[in-house]
Amino acid sequence: MKGVNKTMINVGALTAKSKRLWDTSSMFIIFIILFIMLSLFVPYFLTVRNMIGLGLSVSMVGMVACTMLFCLASGDFDLSVENIVAFSGVTAAAVINSTGNVTLGIIIGMIAGGMIGLFNGLIIAKAGINALITTLAMSQIVRGLAFIVSGGQAQSIGNAGFFGLGNGLFLGVPNPIWITAICFVIFTVLIKSTTYGKNTLAIGGNQEAARLAGIHVDRIKIIIFTMQGFMAGFAGVVLASRMTSGQPNTSQGFSLDVISACVLGGVSLSGGVAPIMGAIVGVLIMGTVQNAMNLMNIPTFYQYIVRGAILLMAVMIDQFKQSNKKA
Amino acid sequence: MEQVLEFASVCKSFPGVQALSDISMQVCRGEVRGLIGENGAGKSTLLKVLSGAYQPTSGRITIAGKEREILSTRDGLEAGIAVIYQELYLVPEMTVAENLLLGHMPTRRSGLIDVQKMYDTAKAQLTYILEDIDPNTKIKELPIAQRQMIEIAKALLHNASIIAFDEPTSSLSDKETQRLFKIIAALRDEGKAIIYVSHRMEELFEVCDSVTVFRDGKTIETFREMAAVTPDMLVQRMVGRDIKDIYHYYARPIGEEVLKLEGFTGPGVPTPVSFSAKRGEILGFFGLVGAGRTELMKLLFGAEKKHTGRIHLNGKEVVINAPMDAIELGIAFLPEDRKNEGIIPIRSVEENINLSARRKHVKGKFFLDVRWEAQNALEFIKKLSIKTPSKDQLIMNLSGGNQQKVILARWLSEKTSIIVMDEPTRGIDVGTKNEIYSLMYKLTEEGKTILCVSSELPEIMGISDRVAVMRDGCIVDILQRDQLDKERILTLALPDRHKSTIHNSNERGE
Repeated sequence: MKGVNKTMINVGALTAKSKRLWDTSSMFIIFIILFIMLSLFVPYFLTVRNMIGLGLSVSMVGMVACTMLFCLASGDFDLSVENIVAFSGVTAAAVINSTGNVTLGIIIGMIAGGMIGLFNGLIIAKAGINALITTLAMSQIVRGLAFIVSGGQAQSIGNAGFFGLGNGLFLGVPNPIWITAICFVIFTVLIKSTTYGKNTLAIGGNQEAARLAGIHVDRIKIIIFTMQGFMAGFAGVVLASRMTSGQPNTSQGFSLDVISACVLGGVSLSGGVAPIMGAIVGVLIMGTVQNAMNLMNIPTFYQYIVRGAILLMAVMIDQFKQSNKKA
Repeated sequence: MEQVLEFASVCKSFPGVQALSDISMQVCRGEVRGLIGENGAGKSTLLKVLSGAYQPTSGRITIAGKEREILSTRDGLEAGIAVIYQELYLVPEMTVAENLLLGHMPTRRSGLIDVQKMYDTAKAQLTYILEDIDPNTKIKELPIAQRQMIEIAKALLHNASIIAFDEPTSSLSDKETQRLFKIIAALRDEGKAIIYVSHRMEELFEVCDSVTVFRDGKTIETFREMAAVTPDMLVQRMVGRDIKDIYHYYARPIGEEVLKLEGFTGPGVPTPVSFSAKRGEILGFFGLVGAGRTELMKLLFGAEKKHTGRIHLNGKEVVINAPMDAIELGIAFLPEDRKNEGIIPIRSVEENINLSARRKHVKGKFFLDVRWEAQNALEFIKKLSIKTPSKDQLIMNLSGGNQQKVILARWLSEKTSIIVMDEPTRGIDVGTKNEIYSLMYKLTEEGKTILCVSSELPEIMGISDRVAVMRDGCIVDILQRDQLDKERILTLALPDRHKSTIHNSNERGE
């Protein structure tokens, strides 16, 4: 009798535990299952070479997802990142080609991105213009600037010293993967254990309440967008290094890829909730599916449909969980 | 009298909560039944069961002699039930007429909307509720009180036989409240059955024929005759123990002048306002909706930009341009609109408490001091007896009273000397109100000064050491406690053009 009771309690505790696990990390579990399935059934998926390729392919989205997370956490969007990537890439290329100084090129490329972000932030915080409109308009302007700086042509970079940033290896792993990992560590600390992170979440949760609690809402918004610009600028420079050229046409649709990855990981579009582990998993799921589809030779046209369907499904699962919690 | 609505052993449970247990209650034609009880006592749940928004777990509902299963709000409407909730469900960008007829707009044969008919129907309905508004006005252009009246008009449009009001007067001024009571009286005379939920005791005595007291999801007692009941009896049944005098005011030592405002003007405060407050004092601010009380407080706190005005704190002139300036000077602000201006709903109790004060407890400029955060939250949960399962609970899952305590905790985590409370007990049940008043007295005994804005005259008269009466954005008079008199305050608060109506409404009220 006693033994039976005990096991029943254990089972009860176990289901409660697994339910909580599902609530907090459903996307992570899905990712693990997906990963195991793909390893078993897709040839060449679980090889060192493919894993490194996968890592490289998600590194850009991963980097920018770190700052996009803050943007979304505060209840805003940034649609201009894809164009900042292109603009800072061609800017870095132009500076390196004209001065021959690689460090200067990298720094100016990043600053170019940061300045655009600062503009976004100033307009959104001080003029009170909706972030969607502001960054949409800014994305057009920045794409134009990218074409002007490059003269509409891809700018090949002559200085091979620059290529190490994007193509070099450290302990056998390409630099961009390291950079992305470091970014995730830094931004995890920022969102979880700094006042900046907490204030960002408070603004996303209720801007007016945050303002009346003495939080400098404008200042934080400006910082969020400036950091976003810097990060996109940095990603642009890394990309230019990988491609050994600055390309004004690059990364179309990249902004929405980043936002999709965050949302896939459970980041709320209405702000106030920003699980950074979720964002990482979101980035990984998107990249893994893409990678597997390439291995399976699924034509690009169909890949779009699959990616869209995954995003919709993820959001619906999340919605379902939310409504379950309320009842 | 003919019985039209009967609840028989109605139960409703949610996972882990028994919201209603064994509710049995009958309401007759031409009866106004008051429901009273603390927050969470089950009144709103019962209304939701009635409207069809919730389905009861067990029990029966009988309407006009027929047992009905109300599976959706549409079923509810068809069964002749109209429920008017506290929250407004109006579309701000649409006109009054469009909102009134939303979902039921009259169409021509061509399928297009019959604009003229819609206008006429809306106009007739507005006249019925004695509201003189052009049906083509957009909702967003109306003040909140009028929006509430539109919500009522909308609910009455479908000629329901059972009408339930959930705290209808919480955003109405006295004038509109009186008009609402006239409408309710007219509905009663038409033979409708009316359910009236309110926290305001004096309203129940004014409009209701009978009253049912709720506590912990049960009906405790129904009083058939209002004449046989006293407010004290109701409170005793609601709380389950005696609360002799809810305000329990007592005289406390009052010190020197600490705060002085001179010549304040700004949005909502057109003419210069000056006043001062003393250490240990509760200075009440009374006025009708739109008298500029909230606006004045927001100017003081730096939440709105003032046009002119000087502030002296402890005899020294200070500059306040933003909330942070005020906070650094030891001024705190509990906003009237808790949901939109006070809480961060989707964050935890702990984060809501530490929102402001954490900036002073950081390591290395901006890293959180996790230990302080947890300690501070736990300390205040205990000190203010905030009812929450844990400090990590999302604040939106707490009752209004406990949310208010969390916001108070946020300010007490700072070195606060002046606390501005805008409608501190709005929507809060009697038990918690009582606790909040005790806290206010205790804080003033510690030497803090409280500026308390309230629309509830009994409250303002009950707890204030002095009362500033506001009208049209200025302070018309500041009365000492021994000068407080209901009639006098109301006369001061009413704009001149309404002086004749006050006379009538007072006769009704007494």
